[in-house]
Amino acid sequence: MQMRELTKGIFSSNPLFVIVLGVCPSLATSGEMKTAFAMSIAAAFVLLGSNVFIALIRNVVPGGVRIPCYIIVICTFVTIADLTLKATAPAISDTIGIFIPLIVVNCIMAGRAEAYALKNTVFNSLLDAIGMGIGYMLALLLLSFIRELAGHGTLFGFPQGGIPYYKPMSVMSIAPGAFLLLGLLLGFFAWLRGLRKAKVT
Amino acid sequence: MSFESIFTIVIANILVQNFILARFLGLCPFVGVSKRFSDAFGMGVAVTFVMGMVSLFTNVIQTNVLDPNAPLLVWLLGKESPIAKEGLDAILRTVTYILTIAAFVQLVEMFLKKSVPALYRALGIYLPLITTNCTVLGVALLNTTQHRSLPEAVLQGIAAGAGFTIAILLMSGIRERIELLDLPKPLRGMPIAFVCTGLMALAFLGFQGMG
Repeated sequence: MQMRELTKGIFSSNPLFVIVLGVCPSLATSGEMKTAFAMSIAAAFVLLGSNVFIALIRNVVPGGVRIPCYIIVICTFVTIADLTLKATAPAISDTIGIFIPLIVVNCIMAGRAEAYALKNTVFNSLLDAIGMGIGYMLALLLLSFIRELAGHGTLFGFPQGGIPYYKPMSVMSIAPGAFLLLGLLLGFFAWLRGLRKAKVT
Repeated sequence: MSFESIFTIVIANILVQNFILARFLGLCPFVGVSKRFSDAFGMGVAVTFVMGMVSLFTNVIQTNVLDPNAPLLVWLLGKESPIAKEGLDAILRTVTYILTIAAFVQLVEMFLKKSVPALYRALGIYLPLITTNCTVLGVALLNTTQHRSLPEAVLQGIAAGAGFTIAILLMSGIRERIELLDLPKPLRGMPIAFVCTGLMALAFLGFQGMG
């Protein structure tokens, strides 16, 4: 049963491809795998910290002020992530820019706090956060894998040779390509879910 | 602030670096509230107003309290600013901004409920949503990272809000038409909305040379 808490974030309710939350930073950082990786690590860290902490204080916080409390808790972890990234990888931090502090208003964090951490034990919230974090990371890496390979012909900045007659499509590395790819991927996963449902019934 | 810089900020934020179509900010309300033209318009107006005011407040707080040698704090305490001395400005920035936004949105909601009930009913459901709209915090952070002066920051806030409104209005027009189409089932709703956004972003790419 507890295995389910962990795996649901990866497949059946993936935060990016199924619930469609946290779209802004995902599209903004998925132009390169490097930034996407850093972003997903930061987001997973904040999710883990805030989910566990909110589950810890869930019986102390009065219902009326729970949203300001979420914001303060999430903001604390975001600041830690922001300053750590600035200190350890300044170049990546510059590329991501304002999207690390913007994790504060990312719907995934507040959404998991409201929908899960407020009603469940600390351990279950931890599992939920790990699952959601992995699910978000996989989704972001898939998005950035396609965008970087198609847009620059590189992966993690290393050139990938061997594809004959292929010229990088620079549209994939800028905004229109990001929107188009996300739309098509969402459609693809909806199609997959439809197939599975048809098989079950 | 010269005429040239006013022009640059307005054009850049509305067309060239549109918050939704080029900067990927505010996608949740963009997809969520663009199903009907009237809803989209209400959301756009509310966001523009809040963005302009929040740009003003965060800029005042940044220059007077958070910045090193912040004049107001130095004058009040009569000594060097403790925030900058301890290196707390980077730590406190995000939390200060988000609390300013949340408090301001709450204030506007209470004020409108009491004194302009007609406007409150029209905007009612969108106002609380604005707190977690990343365009608002985004413009506050951008103003700081770009070192905008007070009038520039307010102008940038309003122009960015106008850009948001234009994009969401165009999208609502497109989506009202999409409703009538016979699309393959997996593409209905969110996926086709993102594909259309991609095509819109491609069209807005034509403004790129103006920067």
